[in-house]
Amino acid sequence: MADPMRIRAQAAGDKATVRVLMSHEMETGQRKDSAGKPVPAWFIQEVSASHNGKAVLSAQWGPAVSKNPFLQFTVKGAKAGDKIAVSWVDNKGDKRTDEAIVS
Amino acid sequence: MKPFFILAALAAAVGCGPASAQKSAADGIAEYRKMLEDGNPAELFEAKGEALWKQKRGPKNASLEACDLGKGPGVVKGAFVELPRYFADTNRVQDLESRLVSCMATLQGFSADEIAKVPFGRGEQNNVTALATYVAAASRGQRFNLPQSHVQERHMYEIGKRVFYFRGGPYDFSCASCHGDDGKRIRLQDLPNLTKNPGDGVGFAAWPAYRVSNGQMWGMQLRLNDCYRQQRFPYPGFGSEATVAVSVFMGVNAKGAESIAPSIKR
Repeated sequence: MADPMRIRAQAAGDKATVRVLMSHEMETGQRKDSAGKPVPAWFIQEVSASHNGKAVLSAQWGPAVSKNPFLQFTVKGAKAGDKIAVSWVDNKGDKRTDEAIVS
Repeated sequence: MKPFFILAALAAAVGCGPASAQKSAADGIAEYRKMLEDGNPAELFEAKGEALWKQKRGPKNASLEACDLGKGPGVVKGAFVELPRYFADTNRVQDLESRLVSCMATLQGFSADEIAKVPFGRGEQNNVTALATYVAAASRGQRFNLPQSHVQERHMYEIGKRVFYFRGGPYDFSCASCHGDDGKRIRLQDLPNLTKNPGDGVGFAAWPAYRVSNGQMWGMQLRLNDCYRQQRFPYPGFGSEATVAVSVFMGVNAKGAESIAPSIKR
């Protein structure tokens, strides 16, 4: 199973800044290993975020995103104590969902 | 019309040259690190290391929570800034990584020799790096203060000094060739002067670190291994006396420097 994400969400005024660090190899499929064989592509394809269960972000990612990606976004109307959930699905079908409470 | 355009473009390029050159390469790199600091993937390794520290693993199915890093069994906070140090149970001076491997051997039943043979970035070595990241992170913001009260610790400092200044290999390099003076650099990387306290969060006080360019987490053992590769020396063994001695030399010299480990590097 994939390693957990690190999610920090901080409220300021009427919005909250959410910062997410994901643990993923993000292989492009373009590289070759030491034996000369291509390393199969393995990257996050879908990212979604929800605020108290309501979808607030949905993104389609590709192999151009770095290893161990960092994502930051702002949620309007989020306040301290709200729940932010982030999930991703990679091209192998592996998925991960983590939650954080806005502080 | 064309030549005029080229002239105009040239004039513009010359005109803006000095203004953009005011920011040095080092400032640029510092700015880049600042931007990345917010999402330092070292945190992922820190979390992994914390889980590994508490997880029951190995042939003996035990956690590392009873591991003595120098401040008593299970004390993690503050241990990093006092390592390497002398340990009575193993009767030698050990750095963070070799001490962790000792604990994995005595508490969990792993073979220390087997772990030392694993190449960096594979299998159990990845776990050692994650554990080192976790232990280092627990002392973030504290200042280096390596003990030098035991005779073996002073002995290792002297050995480390000699290793640091030892010239050899096809390029006749020593550590001091690059790290013995202020203001040296390799390409755009400023090199810390490791013969004295190079300042807060520089040199010994910055590793383990996440390297953005290759997406790898590096502990001090791998950092030294790669320094020797660049000098075209033979690779030192993992946790070998030479690497621990150089670490003692750097750590004692860095007395008072604030640790920012785990940091982020280009």
